[in-house]
Amino acid sequence: MSDYNFAYLDEQTKRMIRRAILKGLAIPGYQVPFASREMPMPYGWGTGGVQVSAATLTPADTLKVIDQGADDTTNAVSIRKFFEKTAGVATTEETGAASIIQTRHRIPEEDLREDQILVYQVPIPEPLRFLEPSEIETRKMHSLEEYGLMHVKLYEDIAKHGAIATSYAYPVKVEGRYVMDPSPIPKFDNPKMEMAAIQLFGAGREQRIYALPPYCKVVSLDFEDFPFEASKADHACDMCGATDSYLDEVIMDDSGGRMFVCSDTDYCTGRRQAGHMGAQAAAASAALEETAV
Amino acid sequence: MYVAVKGGERAIDNAHAWLAEERRGDLNVAELSVSQIREQLSLAVNRVMAEGSLYDPDLAALAIKQARGDMIEAIFLIRAYRTTLPRFGASAPVETEAMACDRRISATFKDAPGGQVLGPTFDYTHRLLDFALAADGEVPNIAKGEARTEPTPHITDFLNKEGLIQTEATSEDVPGDLTRAPLELPANRPLRLQALTRGDEGFVLSMAYSTQRGYARNHAFVGELRIGKVSVEMEIPELGFAIEIGEVELTECETVNQFQGSKTEPPQFTRGYGLVFGQSERKSISMALVDRALRWEELGEDNLGAPAQDEEFVLYHSDNIQATGFLEHIKLPHYVDFQSELELIRKLRREALENANPIQEAAE
Amino acid sequence: MNTEVLKGGFGNAPVDAAYAFRAAMKAMACPGTVEVLQGAQPPAPVSVAAGTLLLTLCDPDTPLHLAGDFDCEDVRAWVSFHIGAPVVAAEVSMFALGSWEALAPLSRFAIGTPEYPDRSATLIVEQEVLAQDGMALRGPGIKDSVTMALPETGAFQMNAMLFPLGLDFFFTSGDQVSALPRTTKVEVA
Repeated sequence: MSDYNFAYLDEQTKRMIRRAILKGLAIPGYQVPFASREMPMPYGWGTGGVQVSAATLTPADTLKVIDQGADDTTNAVSIRKFFEKTAGVATTEETGAASIIQTRHRIPEEDLREDQILVYQVPIPEPLRFLEPSEIETRKMHSLEEYGLMHVKLYEDIAKHGAIATSYAYPVKVEGRYVMDPSPIPKFDNPKMEMAAIQLFGAGREQRIYALPPYCKVVSLDFEDFPFEASKADHACDMCGATDSYLDEVIMDDSGGRMFVCSDTDYCTGRRQAGHMGAQAAAASAALEETAV
Repeated sequence: MYVAVKGGERAIDNAHAWLAEERRGDLNVAELSVSQIREQLSLAVNRVMAEGSLYDPDLAALAIKQARGDMIEAIFLIRAYRTTLPRFGASAPVETEAMACDRRISATFKDAPGGQVLGPTFDYTHRLLDFALAADGEVPNIAKGEARTEPTPHITDFLNKEGLIQTEATSEDVPGDLTRAPLELPANRPLRLQALTRGDEGFVLSMAYSTQRGYARNHAFVGELRIGKVSVEMEIPELGFAIEIGEVELTECETVNQFQGSKTEPPQFTRGYGLVFGQSERKSISMALVDRALRWEELGEDNLGAPAQDEEFVLYHSDNIQATGFLEHIKLPHYVDFQSELELIRKLRREALENANPIQEAAE
Repeated sequence: MNTEVLKGGFGNAPVDAAYAFRAAMKAMACPGTVEVLQGAQPPAPVSVAAGTLLLTLCDPDTPLHLAGDFDCEDVRAWVSFHIGAPVVAAEVSMFALGSWEALAPLSRFAIGTPEYPDRSATLIVEQEVLAQDGMALRGPGIKDSVTMALPETGAFQMNAMLFPLGLDFFFTSGDQVSALPRTTKVEVA
């Protein structure tokens, strides 16, 4: 694609995004407005993450793209292909081998390092949006640190259901100041956000970028008597036997049969290669080998 | 037996191949040329140019062909292409006063200097399917008239001579650019007009219609609707003067709306304004009505809570490329989030059932 | 026209700027770390690192303030040719370049507004050397604490108290850069 610039975006656009990223890192959790461009993929399909990745990539990078924790989901494949074509960067499915990881809805299970960058695709960056639809109002609430509405919502959940009824996109408070939407990751992933890697969040349609520097304080909102709980299915992975990973539930037949497997496909593969076996691994890997032929 | 789904890349390639086949359709039917679309589906081309914010009939026609006639998809193709174009500068404001009008009508006066010119309009066609078109598209042979040479002054200028209509504030400020700066609220009228002119025709139409039905009704008369070509000029710093770089077809609508007055100012009519690429009358009239409704604060009217008065609502929801992308993204996999909801709802139900039947539970 | 002005830009802008931004981002994300920043050959007294930062982050959309000796004909001409940033007074600048002394008083620069704390100036402070001893730094981007030599303490402590408003700083020397965002707490080690 020689008609297009390195990593697709023109240099002026990249500078604008880069300035927004730096301000985002300087004000963790605050949503920096940026002049999001119309990308050759639809809004809602990762245009924010793609713009942030494009402004961050160098030719020396190795890129990993995941959707739902998996490298082979169609939109992850499509985005990875876009950067292979427009930036010519190396790509990988191995979390440890990647220098930049663009993700939708998951944080990899493997701990990230200081030399890695995690780029999130964000649909609605405003954590208060479903409580207050007006941008003018929510901007005011952030400026006044007026987060009562959010606590009321969480408390109403407890009154109604006996528990906080938010299971993903669970709001966090950053460095004791801004309430932030962690993007629609399951709340299982929230505790991982205090990590060594730089985390960048891009919301294209909503024209916002925000960021977390390494080792930033990220606290999931809760109450003393109803503490936050990072939950997952109460099973081990049927493929690799992991008990510490987030699991997808897969329906096997129409009589209630199902199995649980790691949502992080690279994590699961790595464990199986290291010899770990889940309850249904033997049969499953035989089938896998058959399809590989 | 569970097998992780692999081969996303091959699936995507196959889907694209099938899509190309479907676009072409039956090979026994001649391929549609871009120039046929440009010439014979020109109103579709106009809509793609208007909402794609790029005046290029050939590219718009290509986009329609590529998109299999899906207008929003075609607009999307044009928008994505447009962002990659370098910017050489901004043109001088076009002079619609000097428009070579193909059509010019006023609903507020029986006749006016410049005349009532119907032009190529569907207005008085009887909507009867023309089966002759199924066979051929020959046009009747009608003698050509002489092009009018008299000037066509704006209708609102006549009203203005008597001071009957509010004079629009002029400004030398460079208007903001929605495509280059993030939208900030409250916005101003130039930004609102930009959003409306590239906004979804259906959305703007429905918003306008709602004002007619009483949601912030503002009694609009079509003071004037004109369609025609205007020349586009650009200041060339090295030359020190402006040169014509081309011409564009535009539709302009000015509405004359209910008047305002106060103790210090006698009553005056007010205006709404619509300007859209190409022949796009429905869109430009709609735009003028919505523009007028959004001016409630500036004109000292009450906020009636009507959707068309809500700048934030209109500006955030008028763009069909944003809307369609976000709407359609919910077909992407969301199984990780759904899984977390599954866990939660099972837990809540378990607890609710335990609380409802404590004795039974204990007995089991 | 002085042809010297034409020199000193990026050789391969998309790639040079990409590497430079990563170094700048790493510096801002991890206060106290020193990164290498190369690519520009700006006229004196601008360092390679500061010139590279300007090329990477500034353009006609970013009003730039040149403080003290940095506001000279050579620098203005270089900025005008390679960057196009309007050279402005401190009060209306998005970026500023100069020595610590020349940039003072800091109260002239925009610190953002409660609704838009990002609308604050970024100051590029040229220093003789970037030494990694001196003050103790804590805050986001720093695992426990790191040490870094700063031109003074009080100004940065005052700045941190403004959070979420405040200024953000890059320090440059030769081809090295480090940074100090408003979130960093500075203490005498």
